[in-house]
Amino acid sequence: MINRQLAPEFRAIDNISLIRPQHLQLDNGVNIFCFNSGDQELVRIEWIFSNLTFDPAKPLLNMAVNSMLTDGTTTLTAAQIADKIDFYGAFLQVDYGYENSQVTLYSLNKHLHHTLPVIADILNNSIFPEKELETFKRNQQQKLQVSLQKNDVVARRAFNRAVYGSTIFGYAAEMGDYQTLQQDDMLAHYKKMYQPANCTIVIAGKIESETLTLLTDTFDKSWPNTSEIGVTIQPDIKAATDLFYFTEKPEALQSAIRIGTPIINRSHADFQPLQVLNTVLGGYFGSRLMANIREDKGYTYGIGSGLASFKQVGSFFIATEVGADVCKLAVAEIEKEINTLKTELVPEEELSLVRNYMLGSLLGSLENVFSHADKFKSIYFAGLDYDYYDRYTTTVKNITSDKLIQLANTYFNFDQFYKVIVGKY
Amino acid sequence: MVKFNRFTLDNGLRVIVHEDNTTPMAVLNILYDVGARDEDPEQTGFAHLFEHLMFGGSVNIPVYDEPLQRVGGENNAFTSNDITNYYITLPSANLETAFWLESDRMLSLAFSEKSLEVQRNVVIEEFKQRYLNQPYGDVWLKLRPLVYKTHPYRWATIGKTIKHIEDAKIEDVKAFFKKHYNPQNAIMVVGGNVTTEQVKELSEKWFGAIPAGEKYHRDLPQEPEQTEARRETVTAKVPLNDVYIAFQMGARTDADYYAVELLSDVLSRGNSSRLYKSLIKEKQIFSEVHAYITGSLDKGMFVLEGKPLDGISIEQGEAALWEELEKIKAEEIPADELTKVQNKTESTMIFSEMSLLDKAMNLASFELLGDADLINHETAKYLAVSAGQVKEQANKLFREDNSSTLIYLAEK
Repeated sequence: MINRQLAPEFRAIDNISLIRPQHLQLDNGVNIFCFNSGDQELVRIEWIFSNLTFDPAKPLLNMAVNSMLTDGTTTLTAAQIADKIDFYGAFLQVDYGYENSQVTLYSLNKHLHHTLPVIADILNNSIFPEKELETFKRNQQQKLQVSLQKNDVVARRAFNRAVYGSTIFGYAAEMGDYQTLQQDDMLAHYKKMYQPANCTIVIAGKIESETLTLLTDTFDKSWPNTSEIGVTIQPDIKAATDLFYFTEKPEALQSAIRIGTPIINRSHADFQPLQVLNTVLGGYFGSRLMANIREDKGYTYGIGSGLASFKQVGSFFIATEVGADVCKLAVAEIEKEINTLKTELVPEEELSLVRNYMLGSLLGSLENVFSHADKFKSIYFAGLDYDYYDRYTTTVKNITSDKLIQLANTYFNFDQFYKVIVGKY
Repeated sequence: MVKFNRFTLDNGLRVIVHEDNTTPMAVLNILYDVGARDEDPEQTGFAHLFEHLMFGGSVNIPVYDEPLQRVGGENNAFTSNDITNYYITLPSANLETAFWLESDRMLSLAFSEKSLEVQRNVVIEEFKQRYLNQPYGDVWLKLRPLVYKTHPYRWATIGKTIKHIEDAKIEDVKAFFKKHYNPQNAIMVVGGNVTTEQVKELSEKWFGAIPAGEKYHRDLPQEPEQTEARRETVTAKVPLNDVYIAFQMGARTDADYYAVELLSDVLSRGNSSRLYKSLIKEKQIFSEVHAYITGSLDKGMFVLEGKPLDGISIEQGEAALWEELEKIKAEEIPADELTKVQNKTESTMIFSEMSLLDKAMNLASFELLGDADLINHETAKYLAVSAGQVKEQANKLFREDNSSTLIYLAEK
């Protein structure tokens, strides 16, 4: 007879091995990082570019230029680009981020000689056709109208504006901003940004020698630098002075809450210890915020906290949507949980659980070769190296409750947190 | 190609093992053959509420999540109109913890009143967050009862109304568990860095002694064929007008299914699709337009949706959608266009093999459809579809008298 009350024995994770890339640099300055692994005959290739300095007078340029890369070149229309990519069963994505923007291609290896030239064309010859630009503006404005009716979106916009000020990180598009978009500006922006010397290529999957030859042939000599790179440094951030932002929605059934503060980023020695503290508070299903506000009080479907890290700034935030009638109570419980971290040591049993959870979660996040490439990007673009992950596991394994209470007192001051409520309060 | 081994315990639990030693992780996925379609019309939302209660402690283990997190694992679950699916991912060295936790809750729950009370509130907040407090969030609450008049697909998994969730009693919870949560109604897939021997041993050890329970015999009222156009218009606090047109289609297991899915791909998959190119880019009728199928185990829905641009009336939007449908009914799609959606389906299958969890869930779903090995024959079925078959399905489905149209008018 088995004893079902007794948990099976378990082993702690002590060894996490990451695949490191092979690096090569082409004559035009492009750095290529290769992650070769996996059984499926496919690859993911990313072309990553640093954004240009944010211009408050033309705030949408970085985003719009990236979004419209698939909308036409000197030789292909938007429809032809889509046809080619889809015909070969490939997936083409453009993604705008605060720091970098990128083009991503998922392709079967056997079709790369058809799909790669499309990317080369996009990166060399995009023209942002007037008609496509008008369509883009109109559709973006309609989508924005829908987003602005979502309380969590409105809360996130207000929070970012407060914490990051009028920078690329704090910017949230308004309807009228789309009218500032001009084809000439976009072309100029494109020329200064989408150049080999501003590009990092990351390729992951089953990389055979032909694959690599095809890639380097397509993106070396036939992709020259044709212009100086624009400035890619973002100006300093100045957070707002007001701490409280309330947008009333009289008919709201739920209120969106976002609370947090600017904080250190990944390059600071306290960042990894803070990740442990964040996990205890709101970083996993069993976290204190979830246990209290969802599982005990039933105020919400979900609540969590997180740390955002960029090269020049970081932030800590708590986000949730709660019943409109219990919004004040929920905020009070959040405050209570923050203050408990500052006054009471995290019990050893809870801390050991969080340790194991975090290590398991890191191991589990390495699902396939794409995930190994993602781990690399997180450190590479933050200017860090693989020691970062060694330090991470060492920190998670060895951090003490004393260190956590000290961190909470250094970084968490609820009265000084930015607080955003959208709904009823 | 997804390889697997399969065995059944004496109590009827079906077990599938997918060995993949390229990962240090393991997945344990359990699919229970119960969904919102199995609910009493007066107690809707119950299958989903029950899913929440599965995390409220089992007969021998007071809390579910904590011991799993302690060994580095994570879990989640979802409920659909057809199934309820639970999954765990954890370091494979700690696989036994997953067996311990999952077998205990299949054996029996703790049935705590406190857990029921809290999860009722959590689900009510979920109802508000996802269905009521979002623009267009209530679309499924309105569209389902328009398309289905008899079949239990006429309500959404969250339930018809919050009232049904508020009224849930612990006796109902116990009865639901007894009826549906037993080894005969479950399919377990264990994948990752595991061996079949090991999984056999652990399955016998932890699940072998669970009583087989009674087999649930599903006998749902089937939806009769639709014979009249249906329409509903609502005025709501939404920023833009929105048009939905839903058609009844066949079941997931019908031979026609593959042609219908390719039909939806031709219309709406990616930026090279017909609706995107014609109605967003060329004619500039909509800011967004989509077509998709529900893939339900019983009679499904083929749904079209579009948000007309400012200055475009609802009538113009509807007419533009119908024009595309008439076109695909009248003319066979060109060979290249068919090859395109077939190629896309093929590569999607290959990409999905990159994810252990996806593979495990797919194996469980196909076993429910009749045979896990179907996973390895799907691509061939899509590749065998002809342009003629796609046209035939378009003509079968896209008829006025098979349509249900739901219009959102933005309250100005």
